[in-house]
This record gives sequence, C-alpha cells and structure tokens, in this order.
Amino acid sequence: MEGFPILSLITFLPIVGMLIILFLPKEQQQAIRLTTLLITFIQIVLSVIMLMNFDYKASGIFDNSTFQFVEKFRWIEIPGISWLGTVKVDYFLGIDGLSMPMVLLTSIVTFIATLSSWNITKAVKGYFSLFLLLNTGMMGVFVALDFFLFYVFWEIMLLPMYFLIGIWGGPRKEYAAIKFFLYTLLGSIFMLLVMIGLYFSAKETLPDGARVFTFNLIELTNIANYSADGILAPMNPNNWRLVAYIALFIGFAIKVPMFPFHTWLPDAHVEAPTPISVILAGVLLKLGTYGMLRISFPIFPDITLQLAWYIGLFGMINIIYGAFCALAQKDFKKMIAYSSVSHMGYVLLGIASLSTTGINGAILQMFNHGTITAMLFLIVGVLYDRSHTRGIDDFGGIAIQMPIYTGFVTVAFFAAIGLPGLSGFISEALVFVGSFGSENIRILAMVSTLGILLGAAYMLWTLQRIFFGELNQKWNELKDLDWREYSMLIPLTLIILFLGIYPSAILDIMNSSVKSLVDFIITNANNFYITSL
Amino acid sequence: MAQVGLNHFLIVSALLFSFGLFAVVTRKNAVMVLMGIELILNASNINFIAFSKFGNFAIDGQVIALFVIVLAAAEAAIALAIVLNIYKVFSNVNVDEIDNLKE
Amino acid sequence: MTETILINIALVILFLPLLGFAATINLGAKIKKMYYFEIFIITATLILTIIAAFFKLSDFVNTQIGSSFTWIAFDTVKIDLGIKIDNITVIMLFVVNLISFLVHLFSLEYMKGDKRFNRYFAYLGIFTFSMLGIVLTDNLLMMYIFWELVGLSSYLLIGFWFEKKSASDAGKKAFLTNRIGDIGMFLGILILFANYNTFNFDVIYSQINLGILPFDSTVWLTAAGILLFMGAVGKSAQFPLHVWLPDAMEGPTPVSALIHAATMVAAGVYLCLRLFVMLTSDAMLVIAVVGAFTSFLAATIALTQTDIKRVLAYSTVSQLGYMIMSIGIGAYAFAFFHLVTHAFFKACLFLGSGSVIHAMHHSQELEDLGGLRKKMPVTYLTFLISTLAISGIPLTSGFLSKDGILAGTLAFGELTGHWLIPILGFTVALLTAFYMFRLLILTFHGKPGNQEKYNHAHESKWVMAFPLVLLSMLSIFIFYTPNPISAESGWFLDKWISTPETVVPESTRFEFMKSSDSELVDANFVHSKLYEETMHHVHYPAMILSVLLGGIGILFAFLFYQWKKINVDKLTNSIRPLYNLSKNKWYLDEIYNATFINGTLALSKIISWFDQYIVDGIVNGTAKITKIYSTYIKWIDTYIVDGLVNLTAILSGIIGLALRKLQTGKVQTYIVYVILSLLILLIVFKPV
Repeated sequence: MEGFPILSLITFLPIVGMLIILFLPKEQQQAIRLTTLLITFIQIVLSVIMLMNFDYKASGIFDNSTFQFVEKFRWIEIPGISWLGTVKVDYFLGIDGLSMPMVLLTSIVTFIATLSSWNITKAVKGYFSLFLLLNTGMMGVFVALDFFLFYVFWEIMLLPMYFLIGIWGGPRKEYAAIKFFLYTLLGSIFMLLVMIGLYFSAKETLPDGARVFTFNLIELTNIANYSADGILAPMNPNNWRLVAYIALFIGFAIKVPMFPFHTWLPDAHVEAPTPISVILAGVLLKLGTYGMLRISFPIFPDITLQLAWYIGLFGMINIIYGAFCALAQKDFKKMIAYSSVSHMGYVLLGIASLSTTGINGAILQMFNHGTITAMLFLIVGVLYDRSHTRGIDDFGGIAIQMPIYTGFVTVAFFAAIGLPGLSGFISEALVFVGSFGSENIRILAMVSTLGILLGAAYMLWTLQRIFFGELNQKWNELKDLDWREYSMLIPLTLIILFLGIYPSAILDIMNSSVKSLVDFIITNANNFYITSL
Repeated sequence: MAQVGLNHFLIVSALLFSFGLFAVVTRKNAVMVLMGIELILNASNINFIAFSKFGNFAIDGQVIALFVIVLAAAEAAIALAIVLNIYKVFSNVNVDEIDNLKE
Repeated sequence: MTETILINIALVILFLPLLGFAATINLGAKIKKMYYFEIFIITATLILTIIAAFFKLSDFVNTQIGSSFTWIAFDTVKIDLGIKIDNITVIMLFVVNLISFLVHLFSLEYMKGDKRFNRYFAYLGIFTFSMLGIVLTDNLLMMYIFWELVGLSSYLLIGFWFEKKSASDAGKKAFLTNRIGDIGMFLGILILFANYNTFNFDVIYSQINLGILPFDSTVWLTAAGILLFMGAVGKSAQFPLHVWLPDAMEGPTPVSALIHAATMVAAGVYLCLRLFVMLTSDAMLVIAVVGAFTSFLAATIALTQTDIKRVLAYSTVSQLGYMIMSIGIGAYAFAFFHLVTHAFFKACLFLGSGSVIHAMHHSQELEDLGGLRKKMPVTYLTFLISTLAISGIPLTSGFLSKDGILAGTLAFGELTGHWLIPILGFTVALLTAFYMFRLLILTFHGKPGNQEKYNHAHESKWVMAFPLVLLSMLSIFIFYTPNPISAESGWFLDKWISTPETVVPESTRFEFMKSSDSELVDANFVHSKLYEETMHHVHYPAMILSVLLGGIGILFAFLFYQWKKINVDKLTNSIRPLYNLSKNKWYLDEIYNATFINGTLALSKIISWFDQYIVDGIVNGTAKITKIYSTYIKWIDTYIVDGLVNLTAILSGIIGLALRKLQTGKVQTYIVYVILSLLILLIVFKPV
C-alpha cells in the first residue's frame, strides 16, 4: 500500500463521478444513477481494502508517525509576508483508529443512500452531482489532518446539503434548508475563529529547520510548538483557551446536534428527501463528535478535563430531553429525528467519561447510530413512498398488510431501543460502563439510564400505533417491500446483527487510538494547564 | 526724439494683438474672425523679429516669422475651407449660431 | 462423560432453539409445515437436557463446571462471556425445556388454524433460547443480555394477536414495566463492574469475600443488591412492578403457561438465587418484605377476579412473592424448590385453563364456565391435583416446598423479630387455598354458565391432555423425596441443592448468619446452621398451621361456592369497600396511569412544547429580530448612507447647472475664458 494515494482516491472519486455525470446528457437518468452507484461501491471496496491493510496497533491521535495511508504535500505556500512569515497549508491526509470506522460508515451509508435515491425523478442529474459532491466533503473531513483542509471539506458539505434539502425536499424545504445552512454556518464561523487563533499561537518546525505557523492538527497537539505569547498558548497566563474551546465546542455541538442547538435537525430531517435524511443522520451528525475527538480533545486537553462534566451534562440532557420530545411527536419522521438527538446524547456522555471504555463505546455508538438510524429513516421512507403521509396516528395494523416490512421495522426499532444481540446495546452499555466508572460524571450516568426506559417507550408506542391493531382500511392496497428496498434493508440488518454479536470488529480498530487519546488527555492535561481566563 | 527701441515694437505688436483678439472675440462673421487671427499671427511675427533684432539671436526670429507666415497661409487655406463647409451645413457663417459644442 | 462434553452439550442445548427460531422465522412464510422443525428442535433439546442433567447430577454432583471466552477486550477492560453449570442450572434447564416441550405440544392443537402459526413457534424458539441463556450464564452481563431477550420474546408473544389493542397494550406494558426494573438491575451491574472490573459472579463474590467492597462501603453493597433485585422485581412481577403480569394474559394461553407462570417470571427468583451470597441483611430484609407484601397483595386481588386466567396470573404473582420472600429470609433451598414445584403445577393449571378455554371457544369468564367436570375429566383431574398442590395439601410437591418456606418465615420471625413476614405468609396460604378452590369449583363444579357453549365442549385431544397429565404427575411428592412430609431428606434438597455461604462482611449479616456462633459452626454451611436448627424446630408447628389454614380455605371455598351455605353477594355487599379494592386490584393501575404514565406523557408534551416554542422559538426569534434589525438597517442605508451619496450627486447637479451657463458653445467665449485665465495666471504667478 506504500505510496498509493488511497485516501485521495476515496475522497475525490466522487468528484470524478460528478464530472462524468455532468457530461452525461440529462435524459440518461439510469446511467447517472448507475455511475453514482458504481462510485459509491468503489468507495466501499476501497475502505475495505484500507481496513484489510490497517495496522490495528498504530495509535495515531498525536503521533505523526503512526498515522496510516498518509499523504502530505505543500498545498499553499506564500513566502515571507512581513511579520507573518511563510504562510503554508499542507494537503495532509491520514487516518487512525478514530477515523477508520467513520470512513467505513460513510462509504456504507452513502452506498445505501444511493440505492435509496433511485426513485428521485426530479432533476436527476443535478441531484446526483450534488450528492457526490457531498460525499467528497464528508470523506474529506474524516481523512483531513490539516485544520485548514478540514475546514475546507467541512464547508464543501454545506453547499450541496443546502440544495439537496432546498430543492428535493418537502413542503417547507426552503425554511429547513436555510435554517440548516445558517445554523451550521454559525458553527463554522466559531470554528474559523479558533482555527485562526490556533494558527497564530503555534509554529511547527519544517524539515529545513524553519519555524512557521501551522494548521497541522498533529503539531497543534504538541505543547512545545506553542509560542509563549500566543493567544491560545497554554503557557500564556492570559490565554483565551477556555473561550476558544467553548467556541469550537459550539461549532461541533451544532452538528451533533446538542441541546440547545438541535432544532435545525427535526426540520431538516422532516423536509429532506429520504436518502438525504439517511446521510444526515448516518454521517453528518457524527462529524460533530468526531471533530471533538479529533480536534478539541487533543489540542485542548486541559480544558477538556475541566469541562468534561458539562459535556456529560449536555449528553444527559440530550438523552432525556430528546427522548421526551420523541415521545410527544405525531410525525413518524420527526419522532426518529428526535430519537437521534437522544442517541447522540449517549455519544456525548461516553466521550465525557474520558475513559477508554466510554470513548470506545461512544465511537461504536457513532457507528451503530449511523447504521440503525439510517435504517429507521429508510423505513420511514418506505412507508411514506406508499402512503404519502407520516402521521403516526394515520396508520394502524400495517403489520397485517406488510409483514416482512414489519419484521425489518421490529429489528431496527429494537436495535434503537438497545436490545442485546443487536448493535445498539453494546455501545450503549459501554458508554454507561465507562461513564459510570468515571467518578466525575457518575451521577449523570445514573440519571441517563432513564433514557433506556424512555427510548423503549417512544419506540414501542410508535410500533404499536403504526403496525398493530386492526388494519386501517385506507391502507389495504399497500405492497410489501420490493427488491430495491430489500437491497437497502438487508445489508443494514446484517451489520446491526453482526456488530451486536461481534462488536470487536469495530472496537479493535479503534482500541489503540482511543487508549492513546485518553492517556494523552490525562497525562497532558496538567502539563497544559496553567490558568485560563 | 528717442530711437525706435524694443518697446516700440512691442507696443505696436501688443496693439496689433489686441485688435486681432478683439476681432476674433467680437466679429460674428467667421471670415472676420479669421482675419483677426491673421492679425494675432502678425503681432507675434513682429515680436519674433523685434526680439531677434534686439536680442542675441542672429536671424532666428526672421526665420521663424517666415515659418509663421507660411503656416498662416496654410492655416488660412484650411480655415477658409472649413468656413465654406460650415456655410454648406448651416447656410451662414455667423459664429454665434454655430454653438454645437454646447451639446 | 467428561466435563468438556458436558459443556459442549450445554452449548448445543443453548443454541439449538436459536437455530429453530432463525429457521422458522425466515422460512415460515414459504414452508407451511416449518413448525415441525421447531418441534423437532425442542425435542432434541429436551433429550440432550435430560442426558446432561443426568450426568451432572450423578457424576459431577458436587462440582461446578464452566467455560468462558473473551468477547470484548481493550485496554484494561476484558469482558468475558461464559456458562456455568451447577446443580441449579441443570435442574432449571430440565424444567425450562420440559415445560417448553410440553407447551410446544399443547400449542400444536391449541393454536391450530392461526394464520401466524409458524411465527408463533419461532417465537417460542427464541424464548426458549433466551431463557436457557439466563439459566446457563456465569456472569451478570450475559444475564442482562438474555434478560432483555426474554423480555423481547415475552413482548412478541403477549402481543401475538396484535390486532387486539388490549394485546399490543399488554405487550408494551410488560416490556416497559420490565425496563424499569432493568434500569435498576443495570445500575447494580454498573456498580459491581466499576469496582471489580468483571461481570463474572464467582470473581465478584470472591472479591467481596476478601473484604473488597464497592466504593469501600457496605451501603453500596446493599445498594447493589437492592438494585439488582429490582431486575427481579420487574421480571418476577413483584410489587410495585407486578401490574404487567395480569395484563400479559392477553397472550395465547400456552404462552402464559410457559413464560408467565413457569419459567420467565421465575427468572427473577433465579437471579436472586445467583445473587444470594452477596446480599446484605438490609437487602435481604427489603427482598423479604417486598416478596411477602406482593404475595399478600396478589392473593387478595385473586379472591375476586372473574377471569380464569387472571385468577391464575394473580396466584402466580402471589407464589412468586413467596419465592422472593423465601430468599429474603434466607431459605435459599426452599426458594428454588418452590420455583421448581410451582413451575410444574402452575404450568399444569395454565394449560388446564387453556384446555377449558379451547373447549369453550375462547370464553374465559368464570360466569360462562361451570360444570365442566363431567365433560372434561382429564382436564378436571389434573387441574384438581395442581390446585391441591398450590394449596399446600400433603402428598403434593407444593405442600413440601410451601411448608419449607412457611417454616422459614417462622424461623425468621423467631430469630429476628420480624413477625410480620410469617403472618403475611400464613395469611396468604389461607387465601391461596380459598381462591384456588373457588376457581376450581366455579369452573368445573356446579351448573354450566353458558349452556350453549357447554354443549359443544369436549375433552381435549391427547396432544393437549398429555402435557396436563405429565405436569400433574410431577406435582406429586414422590419425584422429590421419599418422605411425603419432609423434603429435606429427599435427594432434591439433601443431595442436589445446598445453601451457599454468604460472602458479605460479618457486620452486614443477620445475627443468625454470623459465623461467630461457634458452637453451631458446621464445616460446610457456616452461616445457616442456627437457621436450619430453628427451622427444624418450627417445622411441625408450621406444617400443622399451614395444612390447617389450607383446609380452612378449601372449606370456605366449598361453603361459599359449592354448597352455597354462605351467600356471597350478601357478604360482598357488607364489605363493599374491601371488595372493590380487591376487584379493582387496589386501584394500582389507575394510580399508575394517573401519575406515572399520564405524568410522563404530559411531561413529554410540555417538553415538546418547550422545544418547539422556546428553544426553536429563540432560534426563529433570532432570525426574526435579525430581519427586523435588517429592515432598520435598510432604512438607514436608503435614507442616510445612500442619502449622502444622492446628496452629493444633487449638489454637483446644481453646481453643474450653474456652471453650464458658462458653456455657450461659442468658440469666441472660450477664447475669452482662455485669455482671462491666462491673464489671471500671469498675475498670480508673475515672475519676480
């Protein structure tokens, strides 16, 4: 694998696909779809190849030498602008145990979402072009190791998402799209500020010995690289690290989405077309927590330790608040959207524990939530395609009419409830074990267990209202699943089952990274810690 | 009676220039305006020759004066041609009527 | 037969039903006769179980066999899954598989014609798998995993006829109520794992035995015990979480027999048995009180219920209360003994009621029944034997186990002064005999309630009758002990089941469990010697009392319902408030509905409102304010910023207008200007 730019390939392949699609005549809808499907399938193949060549022992996180599939080139270089010195940005890609599962998840979810896009008939060419652009953005964020590059990919995602919701969405699509766009952009601004602050606080040493300001995420984790008067330098007694951390955290929290920044999510989900909901829930939400683990935690270990309790608190609020909101929803899709809020709370709770168990659980939960919620949104889509309504109370007795569909629904719902044997259980359990084991947030973990009950309550209640009871005669024409829907639901079901029985498949990938992250935070928090604001 | 000096020439030239200028500014007929210009040119010729005579310039002044006369002739030819064309367009040569530059 | 073979057999026993489930659920839609595969699987499982149990109880009676593997490992965390086979395990395996097998048989006839026949058997398969998992596990995590899985299968089976709203409601209620208990259990597991970094029972107990306490405090040890017990409260339907079990009767009757009478609900008791050694005296007292109160509560409710299955359901709750209480008072062996005997006779009672319901075309109200004795002699006879057993009449298995528990309560009262527990225990014995015979009389004796249905009623076919006969046979003392009045000399209690030694610190044991009573120390059973002595001491009084009370109960049942010497209606009227309390199940459902359920729903509405109008309102409000702000900015922009620009333009226009007068277009004027300017310049810049 040495020297083969597999990360660039997996990231920019969709752009190539987009160009191909742009040259296809727009009447060739089937060709456009197949191109996209092929591209996403190649991505899966590439990520599997990566997984097979992945060194499970290499930790990454803060250690330059243990990142894998690294590609590093000078991208932008402007020599000697007065006091700024040389401005340089690297094209720096690489993965470790944190990003590998996410790359895997992204390729799987986009493939499934492509299948689910099959019945998009409006402006097919534009849709799939934007879809592929979005794909590049997501992949890029997970593989970028330069803050600047990270930011660029982060912003690249926004644009296609805006149009995908705004053009192919439901009745209130404009509102939802603008809300999504502005909200996320707000987060980006915070991120941009912190990025610039970090840039002017630390310098890296180039091979030729020159000291230049840097966006390199790995170099930024090293305390030795900070200059004493940098605004975000830990040794500066008047530093702004706490403020910067909170700003950065809000930037990520909006994506998670964390209470109280979550309200864009239900609107975006409800209005977005099914495949976009799948991507949104399956991948985009993970970017927030991934960003925290990749950027906030290693670069600000001192503040992380200081604020862990609050992160846990917001996790707890997310879990319970999201569950209560889900319980009150009358719209099937909105219910699932709020369940996402609740489930992402477990991720926050897990990472707040700052223990290997908790963070392993959290990342596993990110993966599992990606697959389970993707499945849930597909399920909503299946029903919506047939009935053109999403009101939970409009249905009843669907289990009689669509028994196989109901079987899949049951699996997905129980996976979301956290039934053992399905993947959701083990990640939630690890999160609880980790957060309970961490004295700091033990009480929060105890309160959060209420989420287990509430989760079951809203899921089962919905299951009952839609699927059980006498068949509502309005729906006695509904057909059971077709081949395309099978092809989406069966792989996800298998993943959910497989990871429920053998979670180590994912856990082993990230073990060493998580361990080194936790060790890094604990040992460095005190080195880093002087006084902040 | 004092000898005729530079000042006398300059006074004559100034008078001639003033008459020429007066003609240029006040006459309505384009031909009269041209004649005024001729006067101004001649005023300058007198100056050239006077300075040449009283200054240390050999016959430079006279040569330039000759140039001016030739140029004046050429200019007059062109100017009269223009005047004729103006007449063709405006049917008169009254410069007060020809204020197209205003636009 | 070696240990390895035994372990392998146990694993096969565990996974066969899963195979049955997977095959039947996936192929059931295509292959009509798929349920035969499930029947075959359960038969094979039963045969293997008998083999395993036989060898365990003969060859390895005093050894504990186990095996485990590492499931998840990272950093310092290592999560092992494994199985543990001791005597309790194999007996439970046998009970579960036997009853499961019989229920499979029974269902063949009972469920005939159901449109989801295959699926029903598949569900039975996954239930059996999950239940066996609980029985075999050697660690808390796996216990929890299978605990949830039985919850799932229970949910699926209760709501099997999901077209009925009451059925799907009941399924949901069962799952959610159980989840409340599970949260407690989960927290208990978390406490133990946080301290011992393992889920394994034996490792945890050996650590406690070494004096390593959770968070260095006996309070946490007690808390862990009580929290884990909460799991049992949910699963074994103890007060205050018992409300789901009677509703669970919405499921098919054979399911009620298997899951909601004999096996799954006993899982809570089984859990407590596993936890027994780590329970502190405080935790045990809580358990005893909860058990005693539950058994009393359920018995009082059972008195007035009119649905044959509901009476049985409440009697199940009541009997489970007995078992739980029995653990709380330290009568470990009798708790398990009662679990086993109860499993058989209660399964028999439920299947008997199923037989009746089947014969009466799904009529299960007592007023429709009556007089079936002649029509259904086999059902009647087996039902009678089981009823005698549950009432604690000598020569039955129930007599032996119940008697042991009651003696235990007396001993407990004597040793600790908690006399309330024996009082409740004996009261329940009286009530049980009464309501069970009421049920028997109203169903089989007297006149038919619904003549038309009665005329069509007939004895069930052999596939339904055979399980009844077998189960009622197992309610006879001879299978457990040769001595019909004392179980302790029998193989069951003497050889197979012995009370394990508690591991909690001395200071948190009951007085009678302390090892400092040196003169009574027994090499094997340090703690329970004094207790056993006392139990022997009170054995005969307890037996006499319990038989007496049982007899009185039966007598009154006959007086009320058979001979009608006492007018029921009159009596009912005279104690109307009490009657209503019992009839309405102490209004607990209503109370829960009004408080917890409606409270939660109301809270969810409030929070959702808060979300929509406050949180999102702030977001939209911000947008609105920005918009309003921007209109002001627009005004400023139009009239002030742009105004200045326009003003400049207007001014230059005015000036231009003024100046344009100078521009006449006449060359002569321009020449004048030129000359004048030249003059001005000459004057201004005149050479010095």
